[in-house]
Formats: sequence, C-alpha cells, structure tokens
Amino acid sequence: MKLHKVLAMLAVLASGLFHAAGAWAYTETSGGWNLPTGATAIAQEVYDLHMMMFWVCTVIGILVFGVMIISIVKHRKSLGAKPASFHESTTVEIIWTTVPFIILIAVAIPAAGTLIRMEDTRDADLTVKVTGYQWKWEYEYLGEDVRYFSTLAAESNAARQLGSGIDVNTVENYLVDVDNPLVLPVGKKVRFLITSNDVIHAWWVSELAVKKDAIPGYINETWARIDKPGVYRGVCAELCGRDHGFMPIVVEAKSEAEYAAWLESQRGGETATVDEAAAPAPVEVAAAAETVTDAATEAPAELDKAALMAAGEKVYGANCVACHQASGQGIPPNFPSLVGSTVVQGDAAGQITQILKGKGLMPPFPQLSDADIAAVVTYTRNSWGNDSGLAQAADVAALR
Amino acid sequence: MAHAHAHHDDHDHHGPDKGIMRWIKTTNHKDLGTLYLFFAFTMFFIGGLMSLVIRAELFQPGLQFVHPEFFNQMTTMHALVMIFGGVMPGFVGLANWMVPMMIGASDLALPRVNNWGFWILPFAFSLLLSTLFLAGGAPAGGWTMYPPLVLQTGDAFPFLIFAVHLMGISSITGAINVVVTILNMRAPGMTLLKMPLFVWTWLITAYLLIAVMPVLAGAVTMLLTDKYFATSFFTASGGGDPVMFQHIFWFFGHPEVYIMILPAFGIVSTIIPTFARKRLFGYDSMVYATASIAFLSFIVWAHHMFTVGMPLSGELFFMFATMLIAVPTGVKVFNWVATMWKGSMTFETPMLFALAFVFLFTIGGFSGLMLALTPVDFQYHDTYFVVAHFHYVLVPGAVFSIIAAVYYWIPKWTGHMYSEFWGKTHFWLSAIFINVTFFPQHFSGLAGMQRRVPDYAVQFTDLNVWSSVGAFVFFFAQFIFIFNMLASCFGWGKRASEKLPDRVWEGATGLEWTVPSPAPYHTFEEPPTVGDDGEPVTGAARPAAAH
Ligand code: HEM
Ligand SMILES: [Cu+2]
Repeated sequence: MKLHKVLAMLAVLASGLFHAAGAWAYTETSGGWNLPTGATAIAQEVYDLHMMMFWVCTVIGILVFGVMIISIVKHRKSLGAKPASFHESTTVEIIWTTVPFIILIAVAIPAAGTLIRMEDTRDADLTVKVTGYQWKWEYEYLGEDVRYFSTLAAESNAARQLGSGIDVNTVENYLVDVDNPLVLPVGKKVRFLITSNDVIHAWWVSELAVKKDAIPGYINETWARIDKPGVYRGVCAELCGRDHGFMPIVVEAKSEAEYAAWLESQRGGETATVDEAAAPAPVEVAAAAETVTDAATEAPAELDKAALMAAGEKVYGANCVACHQASGQGIPPNFPSLVGSTVVQGDAAGQITQILKGKGLMPPFPQLSDADIAAVVTYTRNSWGNDSGLAQAADVAALR
Repeated sequence: MAHAHAHHDDHDHHGPDKGIMRWIKTTNHKDLGTLYLFFAFTMFFIGGLMSLVIRAELFQPGLQFVHPEFFNQMTTMHALVMIFGGVMPGFVGLANWMVPMMIGASDLALPRVNNWGFWILPFAFSLLLSTLFLAGGAPAGGWTMYPPLVLQTGDAFPFLIFAVHLMGISSITGAINVVVTILNMRAPGMTLLKMPLFVWTWLITAYLLIAVMPVLAGAVTMLLTDKYFATSFFTASGGGDPVMFQHIFWFFGHPEVYIMILPAFGIVSTIIPTFARKRLFGYDSMVYATASIAFLSFIVWAHHMFTVGMPLSGELFFMFATMLIAVPTGVKVFNWVATMWKGSMTFETPMLFALAFVFLFTIGGFSGLMLALTPVDFQYHDTYFVVAHFHYVLVPGAVFSIIAAVYYWIPKWTGHMYSEFWGKTHFWLSAIFINVTFFPQHFSGLAGMQRRVPDYAVQFTDLNVWSSVGAFVFFFAQFIFIFNMLASCFGWGKRASEKLPDRVWEGATGLEWTVPSPAPYHTFEEPPTVGDDGEPVTGAARPAAAH
C-alpha cells in the first residue's frame, strides 16, 4: 500500500475516534475520555491531581522511552555499533533513586491535603443514609421521614434482558437511569452514611468524587457539596452478584427552594408502590406511594383480580424478573421456575413468607408494601398457566 | 556440598524411561519443567477462551450471548485459571528448567517433591474446571472471593476452596525446592552476588510464596467454615467482619502480584544484556531493588481496598508506602535502559518481546503510580482503568516475559532453532493487538465504566469494540507461537535442521550456555567452578562475549 493511502486511512480512523469522543455526553461535566472535572470542589481537586500525575508520568515516559528509542535506533549491531564496557555508576544510580523520590514527595503533599479534606465529614447540613441491596439502592433522609428505593429504570431493564430484541441504542440513558433518583440541594454539605443489607456494594458518583463501599455491618461516611444543579450519574462499583451491572445511581441536584418543595411532597412516603413503574415522574410516584400506604395502614382495600394482576406485573418486572425471568421459568437450578412450582401452587401464606423473609439465594423483600406483595403473589399465581387464587394486602399485613 | 546431592536419581547416567510412565514418574528437572510449561500453555488457552467469551459479550452494549451469572463465572474463572494455572506454573516451569542449569547443579534438591508438586496441579484444575458442569455453575464472586458474596456460591464452593488449597500446596513445594536448591547446590565459586538475576528473582519470589500462600489458605478455610460449620469470621450478622477478609486476602494478594512479576524481571535482565552484547547495568542495585520491592509488597496491601472506609491515618500510610514502590521499580527500568545504551543491539524474537516488556510494563507502572494517589484512586478503583492497569503488567508484563524466555531458551532445550520469521510475525501481532485490547480500557474506565459488568452504557461502545477486536486477534496470533514451538521441538523447517552451537546466542553468558544444545538429560554431574564473572573457569569454551 502506498504511504499516502495509509495516511488517508489513519486520518479516517482518527476522525472516527474524535467523532466518537464528541458523542460522549455522559452527563453534565463529562470529560469524554477522561475523568469528569466534576460538580464539587473536591472533584475538581481530584481531577487536578489526576492530571498532574498524568503529566508527571508523560514527561518521565518521554525521557525514558526517548533514551530507549535512541539506543534501539542508533546502537544497533547492523550499524556497526561496538558495545561499551561500562556496567555501573554509583553516581548515576544515586541520582535516579533520589530524583524520583523527590518528585513523589512533591506529588504526595497535595494528594494528602485533598485526602484529608475528603475525609472530613463534620458539620454536614443534611445526612442521607444509602443502603445497598441486591440489586437496588435505598435512600433515607435522616430526620426527614423520607425513604425510598431506587432501581434501574424500566425501559433499561426491559432492554437489557438477554434476547430482549430491543435496540439498546434507542433507550435513553441506557443502564444509567433509575426510577427514583436521589434528590439533593445544591450548595449544602451532604453527608452520606453508606451501608448494605446483603453483600458488598459500592456507591459511586464520579462527578461528586464519591466512591465508598456499602458493607453489611459497617456504616461508611463520605460527603459532597454540589456546586451546580444538574443530573449526575453513577453505578455500583463492587461486584455484588448477577445484576451488579444493573444498579445505577442518579443524583438530581436542585436549587434549595425546589429541593424543599420536593422534600415536602415526599414526607411520610413509603417505598415502592403499585403504580411506581407506570408513574411518569418521581414526584408523582411518591404521591401515589402516599395514598397506597395510607390505604394500607388504615384498612387494606380489597382489590379485584384484574387490578392485582396489572399491578403485580409491574412489581414482578421491577423485582423478580432478573432471576425468575419474564417467562417465569427462572434459570434453574439456582433460580427455580415458578411455573407449576410447589411454593406458588401451595398455600399463599407460604409464598408471602418467602417473599418477606427470603430463602437461599433469594433476598428478602420486606421493603415492598403489603399491596405490592399481594399483587405480585397474585400475579405469579395466575400467570404462565398457574391458577392458584388471589392474595390481598390484608393477608400480607397479617404475616408481617 | 553440591556434590552430595548429585546422585539422587535411581536411573542416573541412563536416559529417560520410555513411554507415558517417563512423564508420570519423572523426577528430572527438565522433564518437569516441560510438563509445567505444557500445563501452563493449556491453561493460558482455556483462560484465554474464557476471556473471549467476556469480550464477545462486551463487543456491543446489551446482552447478546450469555446470562450475567455466567458472565461473572467467566471473569472469575478466567482470572483464577490465568493466575494460578497460567502465569505461576509458567514461571515454575522456567525455574525447573533453568535454575539448576544456571547455578551448575545437577537437578533440584528435592526431585520427588518436585514430581508431586507438579502432579497436584492437574487435579486442582480438574476440580476447579469441573464446576463449570455442576448444577449452579462455577464460582462467580470474582477471583478475590470477597464474602458475603462468595458465600452465595452453590455447589461449586467447596471445589473452589479445595482447588485453591491444592494450588497453594503445589506452589509451596515448588518454592521450598527452589530455595533449597539455590542455597545449597550452587557451583563452587558462585557466591550469592554472582548468581544470574533470574536465579535471584526466583529466590526472592520463592520466599514470597512461602510467606503468603498459607495466608490465602487460612482465609479460604475460614470461608469454608463460615459456609458449612456455622462460624462467622466474615459474616456481619454473626458478629464477623467482611472487611477482615479483604485485609487477609490482600496481605496474600499484593505479594502475589509481585510473585507474578519478579521472575519476569529476572528474565528481562537476562535477555537484554545478551542482545545488547553488554553487561547488565547495575547488577547490585537490581538485586537490592528486587529485594526492596519484595519487602514493600508486604506493607501496601490495603491500597486494593481504599474504598472500604479506612481511618485517614491508614489511608495516608498506605498511599505513601505504595508510592515508595515506584522508586525501586524505576531503578530497574533505568538500569535496563542503561544496559541498552551504547550496546550493540540485535532484535531477535526474545529481544523484541523483552523490549516490549520494558515499554509496556512501564506504561502499566505509570497507571500504577496514578492509582497510588488515594484520593484519585477512589475514582479509578473497580473501573476499567484498573483492568487496563493490571493487564498491562500481566499480559505484556508477565506473559510476554514467559514468551520471551521460551524463545530465548528453547534452542537450548530442543537443540533446534525456531523460525525467526514466524517469531517476529507473532511478536508484531501480539504487541500491536495487546495495545488495541487494553489501551482503550484506560479511557472507558476514566469515563465511568465499572469492571465486572456484562453490559454497559452505550457511550462506551466504541472503546469496547476496539478492546474486543484486539482480544480476538491477540488470541489467534498465539497459535503462531504454538506452531513455532512445536517446530523447534520436532525439528520442522529448514533452520531447525542446522546444528546449534552450545552458545546459541552470540552475547549470551551463564552456565547454561556451556552445555551442549540440546541440553543432555543430566547436566553438571560434576559441578563446574565459577570465576569472578560468574562464568566457568573449567570445562567448556569461554564466551566470545563483550565484557
Ligand atoms: C489477551 C488476554 C486477556 C484478555 C483479553 C483478558 C480479558 C479480561 C477481561 C475482559 C476481564 C474482565 C474485566 C472485568 O470486568 O473486571 C479480565 C479480568 C481479569 N483478568 Fe484478564 N484477560 C487477558 C489475559 C489475562 C492474563 C494473562 C491474566 C493473568 C495473569 C489475567 C488476569 C485477569 C484478572 C486477575 C482479572 C480480574 C478478574 C476479576 O475481576 O475477578 N488476564 N480479563
Ligand atoms: Cu451492587
């Protein structure tokens, strides 16, 4: 191939790469192929440290590789190079031990400073407790009576199933979108208390420069003060089982007034709800949640089969489908089929207890409302050819 | 001293047994070296196929081929097979072949232990790989086996633990053998500071193995009792501490990563002087640097787990200690470069792989330096940036060094030259496509792609396409290597028919080049005497080498 053709091909390749880089609008401050500069002062410091070390490495690399390349090009036998006989030099060796040492100290000092600031969680304006579950997050605004779960958005969840037939490129924010984002005020120091209910997870939002493991039996602390309103996306960063790749984090930073209004709308709200998956926006979800739980705590309403089935299908889609599959056939032997299963065909109380308490690899789902559990029990008992009767919220309440 | 051990073997002075029993019963270091290398290549191939499953799934966003559970099994098994089945036995195989020949000993000190040490491995890996066919599948909790997740493993769990135990026993026996051999069986005149660097790095590696494999064994035994005997060492609900597992695991795990790289340092320090026709620069500081790296490897383990929430003082300590490792590592790289400087270089295949090692291992070192900065490590941790980092030190690091060593010594082992043309083709394909595979992962990691996921947000697509294409080409390029090595073993091709001199490479030094090619079944029944430069004063012809 002629040289100019090679160059032309390289140019096409390169432009393709840059095009790809440009298309990377991950979130607000995404750096494309780099760490994001971030939405907090600490994130900015982290970015600066990262770039400083990158340039230090680049300069050392150019020097070392430069010398190597000169030797490779010039000191070759085919050019008649005769080998020199030196093979040690105390002076040189002392120099190239001490100089890197000094450079490292120069980098370590600012890094230590940032680290100290990062770990200073004192004087927070508000505290959010983050709990990891297989495979979702729970957010609890301490002292505010607001608590809810956050799971992978329904569209992403449908598209990510093996053989779903959905082109994931058509799904907006595929895999980095959730049903209920974490809403935070800008300009406030927010302290996060991070823990887990089952295995180890890690709560990671790059633009807030926050990543901490969620460990059962531990409560980890970290914090962020977000500078500007926006949507910041993250993911679970610790292998936590089969759906590790599908537990994203979305943080919505709002102005103080908007945040206060949002908080007010949430107050007293409970978790997942019958209408959750269908609700267009988080605020309305919460409102719906309120009505449902209120109803549940006062006198659980009897629902008819159609209503239970419709609601149950959504609850199933959000909580059960990953293991038991949309077809109900599970992935035997770890995730048993529900079709004709003895649990599903047996006494409803047994099935409700298993959902509340978990069993083996199946996590407990006490966070679901009575209505949700009743709905999903009904759904599984009357789908895929099963036919084993209804369950009502009151049945669940009695077993809790 | 050395002499007393020389007549261990029942069939001394005879050739090997015939047939399959030769390989099963053999206590000969060369046979066992061959077996180890053969085993390692089989495992590289199996682990490589697993990585292709991973890369095929990650070629496009969305799930196309495998369930997430099976994907996790593949990452876990890929890592276990590559580390414990590929790299470690590969290095042990090289030690078996070369350590006795480099120190002028007739064999390893404990030949029967050596036989057992090897034959444990096929059993260990049969156990491990059989879990793929168990109900519930293979372990899927990552090679780090963190509880509580790993305790959710099904029937595969006891298989995993016993396989790890067996690998550990094999490693320890191998290590003890190496230590005893090196300390007791060196040729007269070979003082410690005259030993070839490959021997030095293996001596230090062997100590690391002896120190940390029992730690791993302890940790996985505690997992076992947690699962089956109602203890709760690591179960929070029973009063245990899941983070303690990580401390114990990484106290093993960090030295383990040096176990996978120190022998590589020795190999490169052998090959570069040969083809630069110049003595290794700074021999003494190479030894001290290796020892310091080994020492430091014991006090940096927690840098793998900064995000678990350590006290600030702990994080600062582990950050500073980690950064310190860059100093001796830098000394090594500078010394290699100084060895090349004003040399008279040629670029046979082993040299090409050794040079690629220096370039690419250094890149892996740079990303390691970046990872050492704790506040930034929070952002890199458990992303593809880390995957890129450790593959740069493992593939163009450890694996390239094994390949370089095989090209370098195989003419001595078989008496036949390999094909330089195919060697170079193999090199260029490997060197280019390993970068196509792993370089883009730095960027996907920085931009937010976490590791150990079967699927990703669509903005990472392009980079993953590159990675997957690179992985496939790299994998298939290795078949060239296999054929080239078979050609050397069986004397295929034109070059293979040439009679090789004892000293195959013009610039090579060391005792192994004073025996005929191929090396006879029993070498050095009479120990050679070594002079000031580490070369024999008696016996075979002195080298024409330049120093
Ligand atoms: C061309 C060869 C290789 C390819 C394409 C490859 C590919 C991969 C991929 C895609 C992963 C999953 C990364 C993740 O999501 O965490 C992985 C993980 C890993 N690989 Fe490789 N790999 C190769 C060679 C090696 C070698 C030679 C070793 C060891 C000596 C190795 C050790 C590991 C380890 C330790 C992990 C981490 C597994 C875990 O997360 O538990 N790989 N590799
Ligand atoms: Cu998780």
